[in-house]
Amino acid sequence: MIWQIDLAVLLLVVICAVGALAVKDLMGAAILFGAYSFLMCILWAVMGAVDVAFTEASVGAGVSTVFFVAAVFRTSRRTKD
Amino acid sequence: MKALALAIVVLVGGLLVSATVDFPDWADPNSPASRHVSPRYIEKTMEETSVPNIVTAVLADYRGYDTMFETAVVFTAGVACFLLLRRREPRPGPSRVYRHRATGVIVEMNRVPDKEPSPDVFKRIDDDWTPHDLIVMNVCRLLIPFIQLFALYVIAHGHHSPGGGFQGGVILGASVILMALSWDLRTAMLRMKETATGLMSAMGVFIYAGVGALALALGGNFLDYAALSPLLRVDPVAARSLGIFFVEVGVGLAVMATMVLIYKNLASEGRLDQGL
Repeated sequence: MIWQIDLAVLLLVVICAVGALAVKDLMGAAILFGAYSFLMCILWAVMGAVDVAFTEASVGAGVSTVFFVAAVFRTSRRTKD
Repeated sequence: MKALALAIVVLVGGLLVSATVDFPDWADPNSPASRHVSPRYIEKTMEETSVPNIVTAVLADYRGYDTMFETAVVFTAGVACFLLLRRREPRPGPSRVYRHRATGVIVEMNRVPDKEPSPDVFKRIDDDWTPHDLIVMNVCRLLIPFIQLFALYVIAHGHHSPGGGFQGGVILGASVILMALSWDLRTAMLRMKETATGLMSAMGVFIYAGVGALALALGGNFLDYAALSPLLRVDPVAARSLGIFFVEVGVGLAVMATMVLIYKNLASEGRLDQGL
């Protein structure tokens, strides 16, 4: 595990998490959440948990992002708070 | 209120970070987790189940009971989405939109036609989604068979490489969702009807529990695949490997159907006529 790459990915994870909570546009939040899942997938793969990384990539970054986008499409795009 | 919430989040986050100091080092062979049961799996998995990927063996064999209820949880999530979202009454506003296939002209009707026009001449399109992108549609059409083939490989090759029923099932479901995204929901519904998704998600759980019950009927413990060896005419070790494959197929079926079911109900507000 190369610590510089690890640190960069961890920083990006935190940025994505805070960004997904902070943005007013829910579509943006959904995409940021997908990016968060994908970065987590990279972290799992770096730590050697390849099966978990695979699940995270397919479920977290793939299908759940589509579910969020579909839910935003059918409700409203902006948050109230 | 927001300041209070932020303070609580920072406090609890700080506590969690400070607690990680007490964790064993990463990949420490003397940590409690790697002294108890892990060496047993690492040393015995290959000779007991002939499955090189220990994660798959633990998931579907040693901890098969957990995984069975994980599959049941996925099934329950699908049923909950169906019960919450599915609506029988049609959407308000009777307008229908059609595209003339030969010329690409869009025709909007103010009422629902008594007789649907021939689908070879007029293709019905969503009233809020008129753009028609030939490149996206055809690239997805070319890609979907390969995605599905890869998903089947992931399910069947989970013994030797990362993967298994959950991942393969999600990829299979994603291929149907991609069809709904790139074409439209009705095209995907023609390929995979609502009854098919419902039946398949229940069938997946049934296959998993059925393999377990079959082992019980043949004199073993519940989900003890070695008991299937007289039925499969192989030795008990190979029977365990094959049993893992059977339950992975069940998991894959349940997960795929549930993903498609949830997506269809979410994207169409439960009406299943048009959507994202």
